[in-house]
Amino acid sequence: MQLGRNGWWQGVLLALALSVVVLMVPGPFALAQEQPRSGGELIMAVPSEPPSYDGHREETFGLIHPIAPFYSLLLRVDPDDYTKVVGDVAERWTVADDKLSYTFTLRKGVMFHDGSPVTAKDVKASYDKIIFPPAGVVSDRQGQYTVVEAVEAPDDATVRFRLKWPSASFLLSLASPWNFIYKADTLAKDMHWYEQNIMGSGPFVFVEHVRGSHLVGKRNPNYWDKGKPYLDGYRALFISDTAARVAALKGERAHIEFRGLAPKQRDEIVKALGAKATVQESPWDCILLVAMNHEKKPFDDPRVRRALTLALDRYEGSRVLSQIAIVKEVAGVQVPSTPYATPPEALAGLAGYGKNIEASRQEARRLLKEAGAEGLSFTFKNRGIPMPYEPLGIWLIDQWRKIGVNVNQEVIEAAAYYKVLRAGEHDVAMDFQCGYIVDPDLDLYKFLSVDRNPSNYSRYSDRVLDDLYDKQSRATDSEERKQYIRQFEKRLLDEEAHYIMTLQWQRIIPHSAKVKGWKITPSHYLNQQLDTVWLAE
Amino acid sequence: MRRYILRRLLLILPTLLGVAVLVFLLMRVVPGDIVEMRFAEGQFFNAELVAKERARLGLDRPLWRQFLDWLWGIVRLDFGLSMWSGNPITREIALRLQLSLQLAVMATVVAVLLAIPLGTLAALRQDTWVDYIVRVFAIAGLATPSFWLGIVMFLVLLSVFRWIPPMVFTPLWENPWQNLSQMIWPALAVGYRYSAVAMRMTRSAMLEVLREDYIRTARAKGLWQRLIVKRHALKNALLPVLTVIGLEFAFLMGGLVVTEQVFNLNGLGLLFVQSVARRDYTLVQALVLLVAFVYILVNFCVDLLYGWLDPRLRYQ
Amino acid sequence: MMQTKPPRAAVAQASRALSLPRWLRGVIRFARRWPLGAAGAAIIVVMILCAIAAPLVAPYHPLETDFAAQFSPPTLTHWLGTDAFGRDLLSRLIYGSRTALLVGFASAFVGATLGALIGVASAYFGGRIDLLIQRLVDLFLAFPIIILALAVVSILGTGVGNVIMAITVPMIPNCARVVRASALAVRQTPYVDAARAAGFGHGRIIFRHMLPNVMAPYLIMLTAYVGQAILLEASLSFLGLGVAEPTAAWGLMLRGAAVEFAETAPWMAIFPGLAISLGVFAFNLFGDSLRDALDPKLRVL
Repeated sequence: MQLGRNGWWQGVLLALALSVVVLMVPGPFALAQEQPRSGGELIMAVPSEPPSYDGHREETFGLIHPIAPFYSLLLRVDPDDYTKVVGDVAERWTVADDKLSYTFTLRKGVMFHDGSPVTAKDVKASYDKIIFPPAGVVSDRQGQYTVVEAVEAPDDATVRFRLKWPSASFLLSLASPWNFIYKADTLAKDMHWYEQNIMGSGPFVFVEHVRGSHLVGKRNPNYWDKGKPYLDGYRALFISDTAARVAALKGERAHIEFRGLAPKQRDEIVKALGAKATVQESPWDCILLVAMNHEKKPFDDPRVRRALTLALDRYEGSRVLSQIAIVKEVAGVQVPSTPYATPPEALAGLAGYGKNIEASRQEARRLLKEAGAEGLSFTFKNRGIPMPYEPLGIWLIDQWRKIGVNVNQEVIEAAAYYKVLRAGEHDVAMDFQCGYIVDPDLDLYKFLSVDRNPSNYSRYSDRVLDDLYDKQSRATDSEERKQYIRQFEKRLLDEEAHYIMTLQWQRIIPHSAKVKGWKITPSHYLNQQLDTVWLAE
Repeated sequence: MRRYILRRLLLILPTLLGVAVLVFLLMRVVPGDIVEMRFAEGQFFNAELVAKERARLGLDRPLWRQFLDWLWGIVRLDFGLSMWSGNPITREIALRLQLSLQLAVMATVVAVLLAIPLGTLAALRQDTWVDYIVRVFAIAGLATPSFWLGIVMFLVLLSVFRWIPPMVFTPLWENPWQNLSQMIWPALAVGYRYSAVAMRMTRSAMLEVLREDYIRTARAKGLWQRLIVKRHALKNALLPVLTVIGLEFAFLMGGLVVTEQVFNLNGLGLLFVQSVARRDYTLVQALVLLVAFVYILVNFCVDLLYGWLDPRLRYQ
Repeated sequence: MMQTKPPRAAVAQASRALSLPRWLRGVIRFARRWPLGAAGAAIIVVMILCAIAAPLVAPYHPLETDFAAQFSPPTLTHWLGTDAFGRDLLSRLIYGSRTALLVGFASAFVGATLGALIGVASAYFGGRIDLLIQRLVDLFLAFPIIILALAVVSILGTGVGNVIMAITVPMIPNCARVVRASALAVRQTPYVDAARAAGFGHGRIIFRHMLPNVMAPYLIMLTAYVGQAILLEASLSFLGLGVAEPTAAWGLMLRGAAVEFAETAPWMAIFPGLAISLGVFAFNLFGDSLRDALDPKLRVL
């Protein structure tokens, strides 16, 4: 039995290696080898359903995956290279010298699904709803656009954004996959219309949605990008049970699941489908963090906090946990392989990121003793979601046990979790961050002082950190920005150890080999308009 | 008899009211609410957002106001909108009702087809190995968690037969083959447990009836009489069995919860779990009322049946 | 129901002749008459012994992780295999029996006892009090069990104590109803009226005269409930509302990783499920035979 199992394992590894090698080849080169084919219906499995249809309001991927194809954005992330921004409804743009004004020229021929043209008026109305929502309208990411002074539409084809101060990430923030372009006339009549209805200008047109079951879209014949979309249509199946989703992929009842699956599930699918499966993997812009409540002793002492991060053997954790959970790389404040990711030398200098775990743990014990916290024991609050909260919780407790810290876990149901954290009564808790785009402005926002950001569950006030954040946000020179980000990181994770970063999530998408033209990005919210996707025979 | 019926009917209303109050309070006491659930993960979360949305959902009004408004709506058969999707609740429930109802009916059919013949057989062959096998089979049905049975079934189907049931629900009249190939497995998993209770009931009821004097006399008279006797016995034993089947039918609705999750069925049970997890107060309240109503209705019908079939009980 | 079998008399004679202690003779008599029940009782005894002697019987510590041995199938080093963290499944099953029995017995005992008290009180006092209690019982019975359990767990949080409370709540009305039916029969005896006339207080009559006479249904409900409590705990854990990790509990072991990796590591899902089934099975077998022995007419679902 042992032999058979080894043989099977080797087969899986081989299949994996082959698929990964195939995908290492740069995008355009691979695409040039195959001609996109028109036709076919893409079937995707989606773990959760959209609550309402309004992208300005919601924050769940359960909305993006089925609904994003119906809408256009002003700018979007390049489907072939997620570090670049390209125009969707916008054809080109200019930035003023003082960097306080961005002017966009819109494409001609972009039509809403009801036949009316998309003009600057529509873009302005949509962005006004996002940035300056009227009373009773919730805009979930309003806080991201505090830099915007006003949105103007001087004529039908021009949109101008005036800023209060120069912002390095402004263009990237406009490429947010949530900023659907709605019709101005409709919004004028009813600001809430788009919550229950769908009418956009995207590559696909809405057909039907049976709640709890499925959603169907068909190709938009009047899409501005002639020749696209390639697909005839798509169908989103809402399958909340993970095992059922994996079974759907294995049984070829669905082509792809756009969020991400666990390593063993990928192995199962590869084993079942063999050459009929392709696997794409990428570091994910999501990470689990440990928040230590600075308002509770002894977590107000940086030595105790440093000890807790020094105890973690991240490299062994990465090796071991990457087999059973959706985590993998050891990273700093930015996703590896992105422009502002931590270079190896800087990473090694952070507490808890050293390769000599014995030395780190000895140091941790010494720090605890010095702080008078020997034999520390506390309750760790974790969220009631199996993947990857459970395995990471178990791993953390196990690692802390190795420096003599006794932890017992309290699991809190998902709905009550944030209320508990916000009450501020916890000692140490598991926190979470998922960015929809890899942007330091977004990813570092959490670590601002608690009076600026109520989602700071470590509940500290650090003006130095705040200052560094503002500096990096306004630094339009990327080298200067990198410096500020590195300083921010050093203070956050090393000097003050305000928060502990665990392991970067790993996005694993095993899918049918028939699905082509879709390139994985570190965010499960990006690249979901499906206009470049096509199905091979 | 009429007084009996009237009394029972009148008791339905206060019970339903009590359920309504209880579920309303219970949901409000449980920590966390839908607004937090929805927006708490966002990076730009702030208190103003929460306040706006709570006002929109009417959660900032005093509790008694919310309760009375909701109750008034129920009276007019207006169950309101789901707090999560904004859809009318009647529509949300109607979408799933068909599936859950079909599952319940199929499970009942499975249960009856298993329980009555096997239970009778066990009673007739009491204390023989046939009896023991049936009893063990029945108790195994009670002991096995139905969701585990579902997992094992799924595993077997996938590993051995390389086949999984269809993922999307098609109504029976549209495509009977697809519908049945999806529904038969959860129906078996749930029906087995259901039949276990009925099987035991049938057996003990039959045993009691078989002990009656007239049965024993008929037995002594010979084979042909025995057949008639069996039919008589069965008819009288059916009464407690019907009770069990009726009561369990109502429990089925609540018990479907875990089974629907395992088989990925878009039914009321799954909706229930999801709504509670999301703190969708209006939807949970409506669902609980629905389940309670079905339970009370079934109870009532069973009581009526009892009263009609057994005159002795009418005067209690 | 009484079917005399000549061999029994012979066994009885033999056991007396061998001068076996009385209780042992009683046990043998029970085992001969209700072999299924005896089998159930035997399994229960094994479970209890496992639970008590867990540190001695289990080969590994239930929380001990061994990442090198993740997902290993049943082998000589790990008889039932390991889970996602390399924790030995057999050890976790053995320690899990502690949780199962604790939750099972505690919930069943509290639920059945409170239910019996309420049922007896309801029957004793009669009149308006009886009607009121009956309506409340109806109310709680109409409420889906899952919601009650969910609510309790959500308010109080996960953990063994809270799970026990969550499971106990739905059991009380059920037991109250069953016991009340028997208590009504006792209430109507002239014995109770005489006791009242003699000036005995309510409490005394209830505890000393009525309760002992409803022992049969009480005990039967109790044993039935232990099995049900174990099942309910498994369902709650499966939904994520039961005992919390990393505690070893059978229901908890069935959730998450066990289901997700069911095809590559089926032992993770199969063995805990078997343990639950076996445990509930044993309690049901025993409870059944108890019912046959004490009160065959009792209708217990």
